[in-house]
Amino acid sequence: MSGAAAAMRAGEPSRAAAHRGLLAWVASVDHKQIGVMYMLSALLFFGIGGFEALLIRVQLAVPNNHFLGPDTFNQIFTMHGTTMIFLVVMPMLAGMSIYAVPLMIGARDVAFPRLNALSFWLQLFGGFLLYFSFLAGGAPNAGWFSYAPLSEPTFSISNGVTYWVLALTCLGIGSIAGGINMIVTIVTLRVSGQTIRRLPLFVWMTLVNSFLIIMALPVLNGALVMLLADRLLNAHIFSPAFGGSALLWQHYFWGFGHPEVYIMILPAFGIISEVIPVFSGKPIYGYEFVAASTVAIAFLSFTVWAHHMFAVGMGHVFELFFVFTSMSIAVPTGIKIFNWSATLYHGRIRFTTSMMFALGFIVMFTIGGLTGVSFAVAPIDWQLTDTYYLVAHFHYVLFGGSALAIFAGLYYWFPKMTGRMLNERIGRWHFWLTIVGLNLTFFVQHPLGMMGMPRRVYTYPDLPGWMILNMISTIGAFILLASVLMFLWNIVSSLSSGAPAGDNPWDAWTLEWATSSPPPPENFALVPPVHGRRPLWDLKYPDRADELVAAGEG
Amino acid sequence: MPKAKLAVGLFILSEANFFALLIIAYVYFHAYPGPGPTAASALNPLRTGMFSIALFASSATMILGVRAYRARSHRATLAWLTATVVLGGLFLGGQALEYAGLYRRGVAVNRNLFATTFFTLTGFHGLHVFIGLVAIAIVAALSASGRLAGTEREADAIEAVGIYWHFVDAVWVGIFSIVYLWAWL
Repeated sequence: MSGAAAAMRAGEPSRAAAHRGLLAWVASVDHKQIGVMYMLSALLFFGIGGFEALLIRVQLAVPNNHFLGPDTFNQIFTMHGTTMIFLVVMPMLAGMSIYAVPLMIGARDVAFPRLNALSFWLQLFGGFLLYFSFLAGGAPNAGWFSYAPLSEPTFSISNGVTYWVLALTCLGIGSIAGGINMIVTIVTLRVSGQTIRRLPLFVWMTLVNSFLIIMALPVLNGALVMLLADRLLNAHIFSPAFGGSALLWQHYFWGFGHPEVYIMILPAFGIISEVIPVFSGKPIYGYEFVAASTVAIAFLSFTVWAHHMFAVGMGHVFELFFVFTSMSIAVPTGIKIFNWSATLYHGRIRFTTSMMFALGFIVMFTIGGLTGVSFAVAPIDWQLTDTYYLVAHFHYVLFGGSALAIFAGLYYWFPKMTGRMLNERIGRWHFWLTIVGLNLTFFVQHPLGMMGMPRRVYTYPDLPGWMILNMISTIGAFILLASVLMFLWNIVSSLSSGAPAGDNPWDAWTLEWATSSPPPPENFALVPPVHGRRPLWDLKYPDRADELVAAGEG
Repeated sequence: MPKAKLAVGLFILSEANFFALLIIAYVYFHAYPGPGPTAASALNPLRTGMFSIALFASSATMILGVRAYRARSHRATLAWLTATVVLGGLFLGGQALEYAGLYRRGVAVNRNLFATTFFTLTGFHGLHVFIGLVAIAIVAALSASGRLAGTEREADAIEAVGIYWHFVDAVWVGIFSIVYLWAWL
């Protein structure tokens, strides 16, 4: 993509001395370059996954449509889900952490730079491996959670699911290596003075998230190798017809799958916890509560997996347990919403594009959170599971939540990465088109689901009200396409003609803003002293420094 | 905290979950593995127990190897690390013999659910043993070549390899108890 080449030139001018051109990127072990490559690969797959979403919406725009056949439709929604989760949201958030965390803790690089490069290349080629399936006889077609026995060779004849298994194993190993790298970096490479209670919240969230990754991804990998045995060695672990257990796959998959939901949202919480205080001109309200509630979410996330399986019929005791744990996750999450809102209160708010995306996040994520709580009630789940109400729910969480936070973060850190500001006027268009498109696309799916429209059907009969709601949803999807094109245009045009950013365009206070934009290969000539949570604020306003205020002297 | 040791600790945490899943599958199907071989009918706990002693002993030689390195005794380091590789290799050889015997008697991975979960569990453990042997062999070769400067950082790296090796050993304690000793009861 043309943005990639431009970002290469703008991102690292001083690297040209060592290697030139593409080799400077392929051979790189620099966390900034690897972080940018993660984000670019996520953008590439975002384009592909978005195209698949549009195919789905075109097919569903009118009843009894035959634009895509059922086989193709199965492949497309499987690839859309798998792509957006594993090749877009995870690498995008990983890239942001890899780029920003070493800068935010005043480090030269991550703890293991070569391992970092390995993680990225496993990620990229894992993605290629997944898409190679299209050329090798058909893409995976059993949905992003590949429920057995549909994913067994008896029912899924093409090699698609096998490619899905191999690609996800590849991605999983890369993610685990990345998680280990992040934890070791944060634990061992912090600049002196930056205690665990002074860590920027984005770093806190990355730390907790990395623990989730190293605990949850091996669960997926374990399940995957067993599915691979079924597919390639004629084993029957998940095949009920031969004495295996399809239910075991569900427990395994959601044992991974629910923590995975938080893997895709915790770093987003971190971005919001940086952006909102900076553009409110205030420190975050209740720092300890934001950090501690994240730890609580991480622990709880391993105890709720079977709420994806209420329809299986596990018996009342188990159901009650999972109802209770799932509902209790709303408490630490609600604490965060409260903290962000309280940070806004009495703040001097600057409505930058980044801030607007962060505010959009709070509202949209809350909608997705509320429908999520409704699903924790088992009888509601029995009624609505596998309908479009569920599709609406998780798109509010993943698009309204993770994606809006990612946009907030990209507008926030783009000046640091490139030395250029993104255009605020285009950014506003991008924001409003996103909000309108997102709500048109997904809000109508709530009533559609309540009316009984199942997910994953390639077409539907002309029932009263179904067509108009589906048509609205499809129109919304095309508005989202316009918003994404707006964003890409903003990136490309700002790389060449954006206003110079300077070191600290937002008047922010974490360490990454103390160095030049883009930072030199060694990151810092001199790391400022850290006596509190806002080192650059303390440096700028020594008479109002946080520690003085805390001590009652300010 | 040294970077290498912390990283290996986290890796072990991750790998423990991976093995937990394989063990759960084995236990889950233990009662109803389908017609065909079971742990009680197919396995020889005594013989595997002998080879297991070699693996357990290799943890001790690994500890001695790390200790020798910290004491800057290069010859002793090389000797203990070589002993570790030999003992680990002995264990893998025993596993290969066991697999060959099972295969001759028609116990292949797709025979029934006992066979599948037995081979995935012990096979992935064997793979971890093999990776550990490669790592220890590299450390031993570096030590023999005299390229190591004897720094604290190197000692930590060697110790990190050792920690991984003890983990592989500990997993085998679990697998041996659940697969072989349970069959004997």
